[in-house]
Amino acid sequence: MITKRIIACLDVRDGRVVKGVQFVDIVDAGDPATQAARHARDGADEIVLLDITATHEGRSTLLDTVRRTAAVLFVPFCVGGGIRSAGDAAQVFEAGADKVSVNSAALKDPMLIDAIGHSFGAQAVVVAIDARRDPEAADPVRDAQVFVQGGRKPAGRRVVEWAREAEARGAGEILLTSMDSDGMRMGFDCELTAAVSESVGIPVIASGGAGTVEHFVDVFGRGKADAALAASIFHFGVSSARSLKEELAKAGVSVRLPC
Amino acid sequence: MRVTVIDYKAGNLTSVLKALRRCGAETEVTDGDLSLVESAERIVLPGVGHFAATERLDTTGLTSAIRAAIARGVPFLGICVGMQWLYAGSSEAPKQPGLGHFAEQCTHFAESQEKVPHVGWNSLEIRQSSRLLSGVEPGEYVYFTHSYKAPVTADTAAITRYIEPFAAAVERGNVMGTQFHPEKSGATGLKILGNFLSWQAKGNE
Repeated sequence: MITKRIIACLDVRDGRVVKGVQFVDIVDAGDPATQAARHARDGADEIVLLDITATHEGRSTLLDTVRRTAAVLFVPFCVGGGIRSAGDAAQVFEAGADKVSVNSAALKDPMLIDAIGHSFGAQAVVVAIDARRDPEAADPVRDAQVFVQGGRKPAGRRVVEWAREAEARGAGEILLTSMDSDGMRMGFDCELTAAVSESVGIPVIASGGAGTVEHFVDVFGRGKADAALAASIFHFGVSSARSLKEELAKAGVSVRLPC
Repeated sequence: MRVTVIDYKAGNLTSVLKALRRCGAETEVTDGDLSLVESAERIVLPGVGHFAATERLDTTGLTSAIRAAIARGVPFLGICVGMQWLYAGSSEAPKQPGLGHFAEQCTHFAESQEKVPHVGWNSLEIRQSSRLLSGVEPGEYVYFTHSYKAPVTADTAAITRYIEPFAAAVERGNVMGTQFHPEKSGATGLKILGNFLSWQAKGNE
């Protein structure tokens, strides 16, 4: 039986893992390769590394980080952040990533999705969408808006429409982050996740808001997510993917165990 | 031991090479140097992406060289599209023939409520004892990402269920294939690659 994936996410800046709450209060949480290997050992089904380095010089640091991290991983490994062209993607694949996630660059130039998919296959392209509900709209969920620049700037696209376009262009998965929930540990936005998941035929990874096991049970049930991303819940020994999955199994969620 | 990995420009070889080396293999890559296939000790055909990309194997002469190597008894492992290529063909690219080592056709998952591609960790049901899956327990999980699949036949070593049962692993003599990605399947995947690397012809083969 296909299982729900628990994906460990490492936010990386200048070659170090960091974690903030809604993009402030950033704290150092260690070396990416060491952390990724630990998460894989602790039962994570997949690793995502999101580079939030703002500077240009950070690119070579990122490739080195990807190389060192890939060297110790034998589970799927996705890299996002700063991928602006098919050439950028090729470098990240060459360094050992299995998938890349694209976000604002794909909004600016949607053909980027087609281009990476054509060269590396749809399974290698994850389109990341940062979403906020639109409280002004008649249907705040169906009309949720895509945001860029860390959730500060509206992109002028509806989330559901953009997800459908991404699929049509050959994206293999959607990584949906609720900017309203991110870092709050109050639970995923299950309504929004379900709205997107029901609108596309490709897997949807839910992100933003994980704080408890119940939140994961919810997003896999009501939220119809195929996978869920977790960052803060794994850091600082709060929990491990294995113990999270053992709890999920007790709640009737199909997960990869033993792992 | 040395493994010759075939590059037909359909995606990324890094993960496969890394996993094979982790299992103790020396690796070499060819995208058309037939002498490497002619002298190969073991061959791996990875594959992500579209079945049509296998056309490159025909135009470079790799298909004939691989067919001859298989006939010589060289152990061969096809992964994902590389496994599908062992069959007669795939509805993904009806005009592009496969190797035809297995007579059947690969097909798209049937229409259903389930999402396609089938992405994620799914469990193996062992159908018969095979050398490739030696030591793999029923129910062990491996990582899949695919929209097309091979049918369950007498050569199927393990099946997986998603929408319908399909061949997760196939083995006949020195020819083996996995629909899943052993290089991405953690300890289970490394065990399977290790089995391939230690595969030796039996006396009667």
